Amino acid sequence: MGASDFANLPHIGESVRRKEDYRFLTGGGQYTDDVNLAHQRYAVFVRSPHAHAVIKSVDVTKAEAMPGVAKVFTGKDVEGKMGGLPCGWLIHSIDGSPMKEPPHPVLAQGKVRYVGDHVAVVVADTIEQAKNAAEAVEVDYDVLPAAVDVRDAPKGTALHDAAPDNCCYRWALGDKAQTDAAFAKAAHVTKLDLINNRLIPNAIEPRAAIGSYNRATDEYTLYVANQNPHVERLLMTAFVLSLPEHKVRVIAPDVGGGFGSKIYLYAEDVAVTWAAKQLNCSIKWTAERNESFVSDAHGRDHVSHAEMAMDKDGKFLALRVHTDANLGAYLSTFGSSVPTYLYGTLLAGQYATPQIYVEVDAWFTNTAPVDAYRGAGRPEASYLIERLVTRCGWELGLSQDEIRRRNFITSFPYQTPVALQYDTGDFPACLDQANKLADVAGFDARRKASEAKGLKRGIGYSSYIEACGLAPSNIAGALGARAGLFECGEVRVHPTGSVTVFTGSHSHGQGHETSFAQLVAARLGISVDAVEVVHGDTGRIPFGMGTYGSRSLSVGGSAIMKALDKIEAKAKKIAAHLMEASDADIEFTNGEFKVKGTDKKIPFGQVALTAYVPHNYPLDKLEPGLDETAFYDPTNFTYPGGTHICEVEIDPATGRTRVDRFAAVDDFGTIVNPMIVEGQVHGGLTQGIGQALLENCVYDRETGQLLTGSFMDYAMPHADDLPDFKLGHVCTPCTHNPIGSKGCGEAGAIGSPPAVINAVLDALRPLGVKDFDMPASPARVWDAIQSAKP
Amino acid sequence: MQVQLKVNGKASTLDLAPNTLLVQALREHLQLTGTHVGCDTAQCGACTVLLNGRAVKSCNMLAAQANGAEITTIEGLAAADGTLHPMQAAFKECHGLQCGFCTPGMVLSAIDLCKQHPKATEAEIRELLEGNLCRCTGYHNIVRAVQQGAAAMAA
Repeated sequence: MGASDFANLPHIGESVRRKEDYRFLTGGGQYTDDVNLAHQRYAVFVRSPHAHAVIKSVDVTKAEAMPGVAKVFTGKDVEGKMGGLPCGWLIHSIDGSPMKEPPHPVLAQGKVRYVGDHVAVVVADTIEQAKNAAEAVEVDYDVLPAAVDVRDAPKGTALHDAAPDNCCYRWALGDKAQTDAAFAKAAHVTKLDLINNRLIPNAIEPRAAIGSYNRATDEYTLYVANQNPHVERLLMTAFVLSLPEHKVRVIAPDVGGGFGSKIYLYAEDVAVTWAAKQLNCSIKWTAERNESFVSDAHGRDHVSHAEMAMDKDGKFLALRVHTDANLGAYLSTFGSSVPTYLYGTLLAGQYATPQIYVEVDAWFTNTAPVDAYRGAGRPEASYLIERLVTRCGWELGLSQDEIRRRNFITSFPYQTPVALQYDTGDFPACLDQANKLADVAGFDARRKASEAKGLKRGIGYSSYIEACGLAPSNIAGALGARAGLFECGEVRVHPTGSVTVFTGSHSHGQGHETSFAQLVAARLGISVDAVEVVHGDTGRIPFGMGTYGSRSLSVGGSAIMKALDKIEAKAKKIAAHLMEASDADIEFTNGEFKVKGTDKKIPFGQVALTAYVPHNYPLDKLEPGLDETAFYDPTNFTYPGGTHICEVEIDPATGRTRVDRFAAVDDFGTIVNPMIVEGQVHGGLTQGIGQALLENCVYDRETGQLLTGSFMDYAMPHADDLPDFKLGHVCTPCTHNPIGSKGCGEAGAIGSPPAVINAVLDALRPLGVKDFDMPASPARVWDAIQSAKP
Repeated sequence: MQVQLKVNGKASTLDLAPNTLLVQALREHLQLTGTHVGCDTAQCGACTVLLNGRAVKSCNMLAAQANGAEITTIEGLAAADGTLHPMQAAFKECHGLQCGFCTPGMVLSAIDLCKQHPKATEAEIRELLEGNLCRCTGYHNIVRAVQQGAAAMAA
């Protein structure tokens, strides 16, 4: 079934209310911390209070003698007994050398490298006993100088022996000579230095893990708040603990938000699993929020210099970018791929720029590891391009609308100079609709009204593109990926015609139990209630790569569609037998199998029953049962894109910036459930606006202490920080998956930050403010206004 | 020490350590795991319950402080036959939840909010939700759900 047939099925495009909501609304959800197992003990981690220090000694004698304490494990206990945490993507430097890949031990070996690094784990009968004993673990540190800002890394004290200059890799993409040549001929060059501020993901459910071991069967079970349980199992068994996968079951039950931070294999997950066998029990660890702040993978943290070469009409000739990316103290699971394959490859944006050359230097610093956070590389790319393009327009005296229109890609497929091939899109249509939705025509009047009140008003544009559904496996492998990028779906039709779908995708708020059920119900012509969706358990699902990079529907849904193709093909043979017709004459529509050109038909349920009660069945040709599994490996990324327009009002007396209006027009291809899609956009926009106005992860530049270590210091967006969003859609279906969907989960977080900051700059330009880095907090805005004064 | 709580209409006498938080009493002693813990600093509101009808953060008070009180948790809102409370129904109808983790606290805060401010405007609702963080929905649909739930509760 092709994408256009699929989009026309009944119930596709309907805002079906979510099946999962009842349990969440009544306290019936089961998050990891809600699970309690027999013989359960509790783990508390002893974490480094220093950003960089040599561990001279760890004395656990006092702690182990305390009441209820089963054991305190230190780095020495795990040394040689397990591998380090692996990195999933090998990047090569421009000189061909592989990235520096220093060990990432589960418990620190001789040295700690960031505040929160794991020094020891205490296991006790109660959480209080474990906490008390953790206080009694005596660690003697020899403190070393710390480097936390990426600009300090090259001259900082080496974190790892394997990387004496703290450089992990120096990567580049594009044709440097051609790009330099284009710059030499340019009529105008616009330059911009900018910082993409470090963020802390802050899912409201803190990470949690319960490791369990059964000596009788030599089997492990790990309950964990995680976005991809099979990948968690693969990484842990194959690379760290050297266990056969069939002995380890990973269950990620209801998960309270992820946003990337729960993709990764963390030290805590390995430690509780390994320790469960050592102590022959179950061990539960639940992060307190302060632990989440210091130990969840952080996001963003780029320092960039960008230059755009243009002809006299403002047509882009070439883009040159240098970025220094902060990887944190260790390579997290996908940390190395974020500033390269998920960032450098997106730098064409929506524009037909003939030459692009990007260099990325990636550095180790004494901070928590940095990895993919909602958008992962694409927000960084989009922020850079969309800030730069707006500045290009201002320097040439062109409006934000006009500079974009002059350079949009208008013909597809389009091969960018940075590896990707966009399949579809209609960028002017998104811009046109966004202009209307934002009432740009009325902006001048609104600005005058603001000025009459002594306030400044600005408008900001962002026309972003992103790449979702990371793919295909063979190309990704050639580019350094150490994992496949397919998805798996199993469709199990029950004898009475209801269906259970097992998906390798994982839902942690995205509503898969509803949208995937809609997909299956539409294809089979049955009710949404007749479809159950199972995810998040390696013991039940054949395989899976999980949910990240907005891949669930386009990749996970496509795997289910492939399984449904097989179900339909087999069911047609059964129907043909029942109606004594040829297989080729059977058509399947609206839940009924019909013999073409006749009035003979039977419903889907009858075929299902026949498959399991094969009394009248072609047993010589077909196996009983109606249960099919499919794996789908996409042939390309999908390319959602759109235009976001933000209007801010700033009080120059206080620096307070208020987002007054926000319009977002996105192209997600085929939409299965508009309500769920809009909800995803709302959430993404809020995280993006949060980055632009409020959120900032701040380490003390000297000591490496995390200054924004709680919700009292790290400004999370509240309900009254946000305007009423206006959303619109353009649909150019993805050409290479059977649904036509492109992905929507990260779009809001990718498109919105540059729109907000362009609006802030638009408002402040008349005051002489030329540049501004996120977040636009009142103090920073006020400061910018004051410093711009002559 | 002994603490008496009437939770969701059912009286219990709990034998607790004096430093037991109300949220621990609910989650660990009464197995009412719908009340969640999302932060250490009383900012996120995931642990919100109703104490004698008013929304409180159960991670921010000792169980002993609630001695003798009537507590309503998310498990106690729906009718005995499972019919959702109008505010729960409004959250479902308006897609006011995604991962569901902040949802119990958000629903209970919303109920108290509507009782105290039955005619709250959208801007006032946004301000009154200050004590509850949601990282998924962007609050957009939560605000709509509170408006719809308030109307249904008043009807």
